[in-house]
Amino acid sequence: MYTASNYVLAQSLDQALELNRKRSSAIIGGGCWLRLGRKRIGTLIDLSALGLDKIQENEEEISLGAMVTLRQMETSKELEAAFGPFFADMVRHIVGVQFRNCATLGGSVAARFGFSDILTGLMALDCQVELAQKGRMPLEEYARLAPDRDILTAVVVKKDGRKAVYQSARNISTDLPVLTCALSHKGDLWRLVFGARPGKAEAVETGDPGSLERLAGEFSFGGNMRGSEEYRRHLAGVLTRRALEQLRREEE
Amino acid sequence: MTVTITLNGIRRTGEVQPDTSLYTFLRQQGCLSVKCGCETSNCGLCTVHLDGCPVLSCSVPAFRADGHEVTTLEGVQKEAEEFGAFLADEGGEQCGFCSPGFILSVLAMARELENPTDDQIKEYLAGNLCRCTGYQSQLRAIKKWLAARKEGDK
Repeated sequence: MYTASNYVLAQSLDQALELNRKRSSAIIGGGCWLRLGRKRIGTLIDLSALGLDKIQENEEEISLGAMVTLRQMETSKELEAAFGPFFADMVRHIVGVQFRNCATLGGSVAARFGFSDILTGLMALDCQVELAQKGRMPLEEYARLAPDRDILTAVVVKKDGRKAVYQSARNISTDLPVLTCALSHKGDLWRLVFGARPGKAEAVETGDPGSLERLAGEFSFGGNMRGSEEYRRHLAGVLTRRALEQLRREEE
Repeated sequence: MTVTITLNGIRRTGEVQPDTSLYTFLRQQGCLSVKCGCETSNCGLCTVHLDGCPVLSCSVPAFRADGHEVTTLEGVQKEAEEFGAFLADEGGEQCGFCSPGFILSVLAMARELENPTDDQIKEYLAGNLCRCTGYQSQLRAIKKWLAARKEGDK
């Protein structure tokens, strides 16, 4: 469990940014992962009074505030209407409902965990992150950056008619994934993403769905306590086939 | 810092540290049904309702509950007793350690899902670990309790 000397319920993003300039400060999302560490925090900054817990939609995009919970994403009618069961499939294996009612989108994305189901899933869509200082940037670019003192305020998903499916393999239900996989299709473009490799999620694009399995084999995988490099490489082919079949069924 | 919550329908105020969890605060308020099992945000034992939604009280900072309604097993005694009878009949409770969190999750599910299927029940309760029952007896108890409630509503 972390320790904290001060707690501030931020009243504005400017206040949160100012407080977060100190290296000893930390932003708290849902707190589910933060509590697993032993971080000694100076000021714990709470964004929950800034209205970042909304899912807002316009004609072109859906904006998910950083404090939106995984459960909100799972049950959102807006997300279901635009992307079918994709968002629910992405989060349904993450521990349990009571965990998903706590854990936030911002906490998952900003931490850039290698095992993140969320990062894998979102990278298959046309997504941008909104940062308090830097403004918008593509999620893929953000995922590659080292964490800094800027604050993630939202993830914006383009409603571009893209179809996407999500697959993961776990040693046991609700455990962290051995491998995560997302596949999306729009026009002539197929985008395949693998996460929990066990490194951070990475994506590849192709115009030929016949090449997806070969491309899956070209990702770099590694071994850890949940699975070997060889096992992950084998799973990558299996999940790609399943994802492609599911996508074709859903597109029919 | 001071936190004020409506705990099981009664307004309660207490002092917390910036890193106090809701779980610790609730224990300090005398709600001893709330227990911490795993310390890894995983087992569901510490589940309570925050504004009606099941959450892990071990992971929610106490200050987040300020101004909100919190319900623990102590606040749902009648419903818990009714469901508990079905659990007992089906052998769905052995050591009973997981029961407080499990019962609160079942009550939340019954409010949230209408006529849940077996798969929906299993998925909703996947975050409540039980090391005694193997879950089948719990599933039977839930289905019979839901059916009895529905019958009672007619």
